[in-house]
Amino acid sequence: MTGSILFEAIVFLAGAIICVSIAKRLGLSSVIGYLLAGVLIGPYVLGFIGNEGEDILHFAEFGVVMMLFLIGLEIEPKNFWNMRKTILGMGGIQVGGTMLLSYILFSVLGFEWKVALVISMAVALSSTAIAMQTIKEKRLMDTTFGTSSFSILLFQDIIVIFMLGFIPLLSNVDGNASAEKHSEHTNLLESLPIGFQTLAIILSVVLIIVAGRYLIVPMLRKVAKTGVRELLIAAAFLIVFGISFLMEYVGISPALGAFLGGVVLSNSEFKHELESTLEPFKNLFLGLFFMAVGASINFIVIAKSPLTIGGILIAIIAIKAVVLFITGHIFKLKLDQKLLLTFSLAQIGEFAFVLLSFAFGLNILSQDQMDMMLVITALSMSLTPIIGIINERFILPKIGTKESVKRPMDHIAKSHKIILVGFGHFGSTIGRFLRSHGVEATILDHDSNRVDFLRKMGFEVYYGDATRLDLLESAGIAEAKIIICATNKIEVSKAISKIVKEKYPHVELMIRTKNRYDAYELLNLGNENIYRESLETSLTLAKDVLSKMGFRKYTLNRQVQNFIKYDEDSLRRLASEPKREDNYIFRARKELEQQEKFLNEDFKRGIVEFDNHWDSEHIRKAVDNKQNQ
Amino acid sequence: MKKILVLFSHPKFEKSRANTALVNHIKDMEGVTFHDLYERYPDFHIDVPAEKELLTKHDVIIWHHPFYWYSCPPLMKQWIDMVLEFGWAYGPNGNALQNKTCLNVITTGGSREVYCSEGSNSFTIRQFLRPFEQTANLCGMSYLPPFAVMETHKLSDDNLNKNAIQYGNLITLLKDNLTNNDCKGFSFINDIHKLNTP
Repeated sequence: MTGSILFEAIVFLAGAIICVSIAKRLGLSSVIGYLLAGVLIGPYVLGFIGNEGEDILHFAEFGVVMMLFLIGLEIEPKNFWNMRKTILGMGGIQVGGTMLLSYILFSVLGFEWKVALVISMAVALSSTAIAMQTIKEKRLMDTTFGTSSFSILLFQDIIVIFMLGFIPLLSNVDGNASAEKHSEHTNLLESLPIGFQTLAIILSVVLIIVAGRYLIVPMLRKVAKTGVRELLIAAAFLIVFGISFLMEYVGISPALGAFLGGVVLSNSEFKHELESTLEPFKNLFLGLFFMAVGASINFIVIAKSPLTIGGILIAIIAIKAVVLFITGHIFKLKLDQKLLLTFSLAQIGEFAFVLLSFAFGLNILSQDQMDMMLVITALSMSLTPIIGIINERFILPKIGTKESVKRPMDHIAKSHKIILVGFGHFGSTIGRFLRSHGVEATILDHDSNRVDFLRKMGFEVYYGDATRLDLLESAGIAEAKIIICATNKIEVSKAISKIVKEKYPHVELMIRTKNRYDAYELLNLGNENIYRESLETSLTLAKDVLSKMGFRKYTLNRQVQNFIKYDEDSLRRLASEPKREDNYIFRARKELEQQEKFLNEDFKRGIVEFDNHWDSEHIRKAVDNKQNQ
Repeated sequence: MKKILVLFSHPKFEKSRANTALVNHIKDMEGVTFHDLYERYPDFHIDVPAEKELLTKHDVIIWHHPFYWYSCPPLMKQWIDMVLEFGWAYGPNGNALQNKTCLNVITTGGSREVYCSEGSNSFTIRQFLRPFEQTANLCGMSYLPPFAVMETHKLSDDNLNKNAIQYGNLITLLKDNLTNNDCKGFSFINDIHKLNTP
């Protein structure tokens, strides 16, 4: 029944569509849907998929690689460098602590020390796929919890290189036999001494950075010039495949390599293009990966010794949770952020599949030990979303940052209610200025550390996703006069704009936007009050430059006002023009064309010379003419 | 030696031939503080304490400005409104400017002839400057007749330069304490004997 590739594809796709839409309908994470679909189509329930589940798993790990590439794209090198302390600190404590405790556990359970060590290594690693997918789905990437999780996962990606290098040293057989037996894992480095291995790893990282700048970006430019859309998709895949191949060849985790590649490309003009191209594929691959995990749960092994497996599973999750909680505590996370961290990373990750089968290949683990650990790994991954739900629905509401805290409001604040969405750099300035005028905005934010701080400062703050109608309603949208969208996420602003237009049309919206393209979209949704965050700042800077060159300040001030008015007019004019290309690259090129048009127009219309006020030159000319006649 | 504060107000100084010549001639003179209001306060946000301190440190205040629509440019009016505060410049205890000297230095497009009851502007310069004169009076300053560079549109470069030199000479006289007695009988300080005897 499992022979045809077409049939397998149908099974996977149908399973995904059915289970994920049910999971979503129930308000659960899509991860649960995929895992459930995997269990259903796997060998022990419906039997559509046989033992090839593990091959599919290996193939689908590519989703994780793509995910890290995409995460890398969103992190600029400078930010990555700023995170180094968190990565080393949190990651180090988590991996070290977990390894120590689980080593003790497995030693006590009577495993040989080598086995206990290998297992504890596998246990220390968490699942990037599950954790990051959940974090992204809940849009928590920019919270303390999000960055902490990410740092830990990144550290694990790095440390796994060393684990893979270390495990052969534990091997019970001589080197030749192991290499022979395990040819699929042969890589360039196995035969080299440790010093050369390190050198090769450093070289390949440098290679990625250099290639990113001088090979990949020029290639993408060439590809973009052809204007053939699918070539860009091909190029995006070529990049990810290429990096993965190189990394596997030198023995580094391909995910880590892809992440680095992403970071290198995050400054290029192709960032958005690559993101939008790979995003859907990444999600499909990850879905496939989760299904493969579900399908690989070996129920026969579980049936053989359910109590042992259940016991070890619970013990491992408990160990991981405790270590994570302590890690969060050392790094001063708020209680609810700590709990989110604790429960979202308390599983054994996909690296375990690699480490365990590698160790099995080297005769360190027995077949039984490996099967048991693989089952525990798959089960712990499947349990994560469920534990997450318990945390979210039952624990957090009691102890975490509450959605709202009631506070008596004075009369003015009540009758002129302002809701401020987002209290980052932009929103906080607005909030401070309003407050200095005795106007207290009701703030909506999704970073609980910030929310707690603001509450201490006496602000009325609601915690959560501002695109939820119920949260907006409890924040008082019904009696609000103005909603300020100070978030930098255009999707959030668009969603709020839709809600307001549909349900509360009396509320005035004032929206921050990043650039003119976001402004176009919001204007076309019927919003009038659009504030481009960079317009006035850049003009102020330009004004100061000209002032330093000797231009008069007051004249410059007037010209800046002219320029703003002129630019706002052209913004509104261009917003109504039909859009032909949605594609980022073509849009970027169009943007350049548009800039050129602007510059020409500025020149022709002569913004600077247009202002003739107080200029006595033309009066003098008129007087001269009269005299000459 | 008296200290001179030139409060200069021109919204488009870079385009003014006459004022460029006048200002260039006096702005670096010893004992003169040249204060370019439009450059200092392009957003009209006047630093009142700083302006008061500046006033206190000087003995002669010159309002130097083009004569727009028979008056001063808006920033200078803003300056008067904000800096000459009740209880400081006038009113009870408002004696910070007492006994200082004050005058207008103006540039006009029209000639002296058009500024009289028979001329197209119907009134004299001195009549148009009454608000400034009374402002000075209320603050206890002695108000001198204006230094006016007129018909600027027709003025040759040579003549403009002569005016600039005369402006410089006026400032030298002011430093040596020029009083209303020296100006008796003159509507323009340009004409007084001290400035016109070689």
